[in-house]
Amino acid sequence: MRILFHIGHYALFLRETFARPERIRIYWRRTLDEIDLLGVKSLGIVSVLSGFMGAVIALQTKSNINNPFIPDNLVGFATRQSSILEFSPTIIALILAGKVAGTIAAEIGTMRVKEQIDALDIMGVNSAGYLVLPKVVAALVIFPFLIIISMFLSVFGGYLIVAATGIISTAAYEEGIRLDFDPFTVTYALIKTEVFAFIITTVGGYHGYITRGGTREVGISSTTGVVWSIVAIIISNFVITKLML
Amino acid sequence: MIEVKGLSKRFGEAQVLTDISAVFRKGRVNQVIGKSGSGKSVLAKCIVGLHVPEEGEVLYDGRSFHKLGKDEKRAVRQEIGMLFQGGALFDSLNVMENVMFPLRMFGTTDVKGMRDRAEHCLHRVSITPDKHRLYPGEISGGMQKRVGIARAIAMQPKYLLCDEPNSGLDPQTSIVIDQLIAEITEEYSITTIVITHDMNSVMESGDSILFIHKGRKWWEGGREQLLHSDNMELNEFVFAGSLMRQVKGAMGG
Repeated sequence: MRILFHIGHYALFLRETFARPERIRIYWRRTLDEIDLLGVKSLGIVSVLSGFMGAVIALQTKSNINNPFIPDNLVGFATRQSSILEFSPTIIALILAGKVAGTIAAEIGTMRVKEQIDALDIMGVNSAGYLVLPKVVAALVIFPFLIIISMFLSVFGGYLIVAATGIISTAAYEEGIRLDFDPFTVTYALIKTEVFAFIITTVGGYHGYITRGGTREVGISSTTGVVWSIVAIIISNFVITKLML
Repeated sequence: MIEVKGLSKRFGEAQVLTDISAVFRKGRVNQVIGKSGSGKSVLAKCIVGLHVPEEGEVLYDGRSFHKLGKDEKRAVRQEIGMLFQGGALFDSLNVMENVMFPLRMFGTTDVKGMRDRAEHCLHRVSITPDKHRLYPGEISGGMQKRVGIARAIAMQPKYLLCDEPNSGLDPQTSIVIDQLIAEITEEYSITTIVITHDMNSVMESGDSILFIHKGRKWWEGGREQLLHSDNMELNEFVFAGSLMRQVKGAMGG
């Protein structure tokens, strides 16, 4: 029953979050700050992880090919397909859930226990909208760029490991990454990314917003925000995949 | 004027406030006193609308707050300034930006006008310009309270609520804050409510005093009456400290 209570509260929280902003200009400025904080400052970790992810996919694919009739270009093909369809949008979203949802829940939770949200409410500011809406918009804008960069770096990571170890020729890898490319796979990945961006920011924001108590509860909210973001990402990944592919 | 009529509030099984009625007059420092856990802060939060009472109403110059629509409530809230126990300054904004915040959200003047108003409010609470760029974490507790007062008066409120304004402050700084609240109340003719359990503060600036005990209104009166009351629970609270007992002794009580 507790989960139904939270679903209801989350729906009410979303209604408040998307209510008409008091001053568009202030929200716009906050959105730009959030793009920097949530997106640009995640670029480093996304880049490093994507490169290694692509390298691992290439190595594992090659190590599982024993049949001499399977061409080497499958390594490049598998790296590209896995990166675009699943690894970049979903794995990076899970990493961002840990980083971004945790940060948002902790930031808003701290504001709650330090009565800063009460101060906003008493001033007549829509606190849910002021605190969360710029983060949602920022994530919706910047996450697709992060994921596209991740796709490129993942495929490039595979290329580097192929070049460094010589498990197959780089020419075969290049041929594989060009083979049978369907642009719809990128569209599918970006649609997933937008859904995940929405989940990460609103679930993290919700758990921060409902924090009550002190620093221990802020820690609990942060962890809960991350866990429920991950659960929601995994479930929505299944639903989107079933609907679109 | 703020009027509270028959206010009751419960959290689950716990009845926190029972049938509280009081009138808080304009241009006076109205103090609400009581032990920790007596329900003073819950009363303050019901008054500003952060808690919804089960029974009773809060009237802001005749406007019943909890019966108002969303936009009307927001309009009333813009007439309220509140000073929180911990200051509740926004950590990511510096002193000047904190005071300018309500002006930026709801003010009608240009940026220069907002800056002038914020500078005036900061000057009024004796915050010098060299402190304007500092962040809340870089200033003392007393200074945070003064910045909190400056932010609370930035929109020229009709009502000012102060929740434990002296908590965590040394006696000398507490007196400065009390005097500041009293001066601002008189100067701007605001209806001020101060929630406190600090007897020094009560003796310093309490024009009218409401004593809450076990979630009920137990006693109401002025400073002089407070010292001569025969209400047992009130006397236990007021004369709990040795200094106040000496005062009573000196008065021949």
